[in-house]
Amino acid sequence: MSDDIKIKIRNLYKIFGNDPEMALEHVKNGMGKTDLLAEHNHVLGLNNINVDMPAGKTTVIMGLSGSGKSTLIRHLNRLIDPTAGEVLVDGDDILSYSDKQLRDLRQHRMSMVFQKFALFPHRTVLENTGLAPSIEGKSKKRYEDEARKWLARVGLEGQGDQYPHQLSGGMQQRVGIARALTSNSDIMLMDEAFSALDPLIRTDMQNLLIELQAELQKTVVFITHDLDESLKLADHLVILKDGFIVQQGEPQHILLNPCDPYIEDFVSDINRARVLRVRSVMRRTTEEMGEISGEVDHDDNLESLIERSGGDTTNRYRVMKNGKQVGILEMTDLVRSLVPQGGSSDPEAARRAG
Amino acid sequence: MPPDEGRMATYDFIFDKLGLRDWCDGSGAGENGSSGPMSMADLLGQTTGDAVEVSAWDTPFPSLDNLHDACDAIPQSRDLTTGLESGFLNIKDSLKVVVDPLTQPLSWALNEMLWVMQAVPWWIMIPLLMLITYAVGRSLKLVGLVALCFGFLAFIDYYDYTMQTLAIIFVCAFICVLFGVPIGIAMSRSDRTQRVMIPILDMLQTLPPFVYLIPLIFLFSVTEPKLYGIAIILYAIVPVVRLTDLGIRLVDQDVIEAADAFGMTSRQKLFGVQIPLALPNIMAGVNQTIMMSLAMVVIASLVSAPGLGVLVLRGIRSLELGVGLLSGLGIVLLAIILDRVTKAALARINSSQPK
Repeated sequence: MSDDIKIKIRNLYKIFGNDPEMALEHVKNGMGKTDLLAEHNHVLGLNNINVDMPAGKTTVIMGLSGSGKSTLIRHLNRLIDPTAGEVLVDGDDILSYSDKQLRDLRQHRMSMVFQKFALFPHRTVLENTGLAPSIEGKSKKRYEDEARKWLARVGLEGQGDQYPHQLSGGMQQRVGIARALTSNSDIMLMDEAFSALDPLIRTDMQNLLIELQAELQKTVVFITHDLDESLKLADHLVILKDGFIVQQGEPQHILLNPCDPYIEDFVSDINRARVLRVRSVMRRTTEEMGEISGEVDHDDNLESLIERSGGDTTNRYRVMKNGKQVGILEMTDLVRSLVPQGGSSDPEAARRAG
Repeated sequence: MPPDEGRMATYDFIFDKLGLRDWCDGSGAGENGSSGPMSMADLLGQTTGDAVEVSAWDTPFPSLDNLHDACDAIPQSRDLTTGLESGFLNIKDSLKVVVDPLTQPLSWALNEMLWVMQAVPWWIMIPLLMLITYAVGRSLKLVGLVALCFGFLAFIDYYDYTMQTLAIIFVCAFICVLFGVPIGIAMSRSDRTQRVMIPILDMLQTLPPFVYLIPLIFLFSVTEPKLYGIAIILYAIVPVVRLTDLGIRLVDQDVIEAADAFGMTSRQKLFGVQIPLALPNIMAGVNQTIMMSLAMVVIASLVSAPGLGVLVLRGIRSLELGVGLLSGLGIVLLAIILDRVTKAALARINSSQPK
């Protein structure tokens, strides 16, 4: 992660209960979630979270329900206050913010997209989209052009005068995204934004987000419980379990080097050929090699390469990046990488271990 | 020999055992022990001449009266009610100094409204009411119903009574909303306020309406309109308070979270999100408040509230069956109109913002 860091989370703890300070001591001394609940009746939400979220990239926080991912994202705009720790946005500690500064942060620097859309049912789509400027006190006339522009960008041209209930779920979430974009904030928080949509529409929305991201380079923090979705969207992937981070890093890296049975279990069920990219399995070399069947881009996924090779495992490809050779890919390596390492061929065994 | 000597009271032994006999006789007997009015049982006891033997089965509950028999220093239960009464009469004047000016605008409002509603000639008033109905409900059928009902009531010469009742309801329901909605909002924003208010609302709702009237009669003169105005408002304010509180608390938490996440101030949240989304519930509360003022305005005719209630009262007092039935019908018609019109308004709000 060489890029500048937009959001830094340092030693963040969140404990729900009557006396979180007392419980914090126990947690710092190594008590786990189940023990804390059984012995002290406090719920451990987040346990020593440290994440750096790169500017202009998508950070995906993945975990199953109850892993604390929604709690974590709500710390970024302080819808929830932590028990201990720091959240730095552009280097500022937002926990020291006054109410006014906090409102400014929420109005101008961060916007949020919700799982259940959370549109205002009594306002039109246009008014919903222009929520951020209207909170600042701008009249409808002044924000109308901006709001219509973003509505058109998410594919809802001409729907501005409808009410949210007149739209389908997928369209409502497009309004949610347009609402977040209209605030012109650098950071977009997306809390399970696509989880409530059906699979086809979800794929559409993911593609929309990838397109928008290529164009706008916002710092996106995306919460999901779906590994396929997280691998598709993530530049930086954080995997949460029971309130602590199991592993974080580049998704390809996590896929190839799962550090924990819990993650192996996750990883074992996905279509690796679609997720893994040539650069992750190639041999890094700039030397010329004889007998090359063709050139591939370093960012192509393996599925497209298999299709190209026609299943011939004797082929060898030159891997190119910006017109220069960066490595060589043997098809035999490719085939080997499709099988998860670490003896996780039996997913059930991994699940028991996890 | 004092008259008490021959009488044995059940609970004598308690005071004897505790050594309180002197206190009982000393403070009680000297001042009012023998001079206080006697109970029927005492009188009976005196006529038979000897003490009534009480078996264990018939042991009376140690109530004030029974303890008084044993010890004169204990007051009778009669003293409790007279004590309450004299206590109220004692604070009445100072209470009046505070409450009288505060409630004076209510008297003015009622007087003015009663005057206006009766001074405007019927051929302006009825079309005006029809116009209001249309503005609120946007339904010609409803306007027809209003015209029919008022036409009927005017035809049987109940026009003035109807207008009086309507004037009182308008003023009282308006004041209920004016105070009830802010109280409801305060309750929805603070759990503590809610905890304090709920027993008060429960009490207002369950106390028999006649009970409000008694202290109010002592406090104000029967000729003042605010006397019945206050009684109606106290009785009718409950639903609008409760439903405002409920409506705001029922607003979708996700939407509130979105409002927070985009940096709304709590004032923007209240007026831009919570109240608009609670409006269907608040309007249901207004509907109930209007219906309850109508119910109370009939009872309030006991304390000089004019209107159809007076006719009902006349029907009861002089057993004029026809008058009673007809005025009852008039009240029903008025109730139907008020209910339909407010429900139509509610339906319009609902259709403009389905969830």
